[in-house]
Amino acid sequence: MRELITTLANGQTFLANLPEVVLNIIFISLGAVVLTTVCAVLALVGVYMERKVSAHIQDRVGPMYVGGFHGWLQTAADALKLLLKEDIVPALADKKLHFFAPILVFGATLATFAVLPFGRHYVMSDMNIGILYILAISSLVVIGTILAGWASNNKWSLLGAMRSAAQVVSFEIPASLAILVIIMAVGSMNLGEIVNVQVGGIHKWLIWKFFPFNLLAFIIYFIATLAETNRAPFDLPEAESEIVAGFHTEYSGFKWAAFFLAEYANMFMVGVVGATLFLGGWSSPFGDFMNSGPFQIFWIFAKAFGLIFVQIWIRWTLPRVRVDQLMYTSWKVLTPFAFVAIIGVGFYMIL
Amino acid sequence: MNIHDKYKPLTFWEKLYLPAIISGLWLTSMHFFRNLTLHILRALRLRKTADGAVTIQYPEFLRPLFPRLRTMHRLTKRDDGTPRCVACMMCETVCPAKCIYIIADEKLENPEIEKMPESFDIDLGLCIFCGYCVEACPVDAIRMDTGILEISNLTRKGMVLDMETMLNLEPMQDRYVKYTKEGEIVSQEYLKQDLSK
Repeated sequence: MRELITTLANGQTFLANLPEVVLNIIFISLGAVVLTTVCAVLALVGVYMERKVSAHIQDRVGPMYVGGFHGWLQTAADALKLLLKEDIVPALADKKLHFFAPILVFGATLATFAVLPFGRHYVMSDMNIGILYILAISSLVVIGTILAGWASNNKWSLLGAMRSAAQVVSFEIPASLAILVIIMAVGSMNLGEIVNVQVGGIHKWLIWKFFPFNLLAFIIYFIATLAETNRAPFDLPEAESEIVAGFHTEYSGFKWAAFFLAEYANMFMVGVVGATLFLGGWSSPFGDFMNSGPFQIFWIFAKAFGLIFVQIWIRWTLPRVRVDQLMYTSWKVLTPFAFVAIIGVGFYMIL
Repeated sequence: MNIHDKYKPLTFWEKLYLPAIISGLWLTSMHFFRNLTLHILRALRLRKTADGAVTIQYPEFLRPLFPRLRTMHRLTKRDDGTPRCVACMMCETVCPAKCIYIIADEKLENPEIEKMPESFDIDLGLCIFCGYCVEACPVDAIRMDTGILEISNLTRKGMVLDMETMLNLEPMQDRYVKYTKEGEIVSQEYLKQDLSK
């Protein structure tokens, strides 16, 4: 992105006459628009995938009519329906916060897309502190969730929001510790750097380095992010048998769609970060074969959707855990094992 | 299993939960990949049957009905086309939902028949399809074997079946029930239907 702007500013086009600030604003806005579109489309694909995978796991057929071939337009039609739906705000809700919460949740999720590397040159902002930025920004989602629960003025919403806050804060610790293992191994927080050391084939992926500690870190990261994105078996914030729909009980229409979109965008973001840190990011698993330009986008998407598939697969296999089991998993299982992984990697590095 | 074995404390291996989780994931993945393969083969026109799912795509494909299934009522006729019903009021009396309304007619030309219904109405909006009317009838005048399940109407009055309609209904159609030569019903017949059309 930065290089693109510099190239255009130095080139012979009419854009060269504009000051660099204007160019920055234009291109960052363009990038934001592109990422928002990609994000929305990815959410639609994710929802369709979830419905089809769950259907096939349960010997059903899933959506079959809309769009002709196996209902491929079903989620687009659903999104259109949600856009046209009446937007109901509870009479006693805090109107401003109620309006602001889904924007914050979706905005925070979208902001993390800025540093995700979709290829060697396909990254909006190649920050030095990419991972730290992702950890910081994705924590903002929990503020949006609490805001939604509080502003709805509803017992279930508040309970769901508090559960969500407790859960996300607890699981952020093992997730961060697992990421720390990778930062130790690479020595950089830049996502581009982390992928660069993994280029050259499946054997160079960081998941195999320092065996078995990086593998352990990957499993910890995956379970922790499952909880952070409020996916089953850790979907307590929206446990319908106990608290209706949790923090988004009082939301309808497009605001509800924003929450839904954010959930699936979050899943994708977590998949991309997991693939980048442990599975070679945009690099091809076959060395130089198919490792150029657009193929990099293909590989990162394939890896991310592979991880999303595992998330969906786990969701439709395991029942929801209890709150005490959730906290037990985080504090008594994942966190100690994350420390074990860090110490193990430390020993490896000293030896 | 002995009840005392059921509540034994978990062993270390069971407390890990991982073996149980992995066996569960294995089970669901087997279902997923088997069904996905079947669906892909069908999309490539290599298979023509609808297996890979237990779903019946209802309006297009109908599930075979059991021949004794109680469906919409019909009245049987004598050889001369008049209703077989003798207006004995047995069905109206036994009906637990009180949805049968019979008005008897005694002014008949034929001396062999004592009574006949002048009108015979069944309010399907009230009917609970218990089949007691069929059991109670002494002359086999009412049956519930039309095979009609899709009963709906826009008004409550439209749900009332009159005698004229019930006399003209036919018994269950062949397309609803499939039999083998031994008289057994072929369930799951829909799985063998050609979906490629």
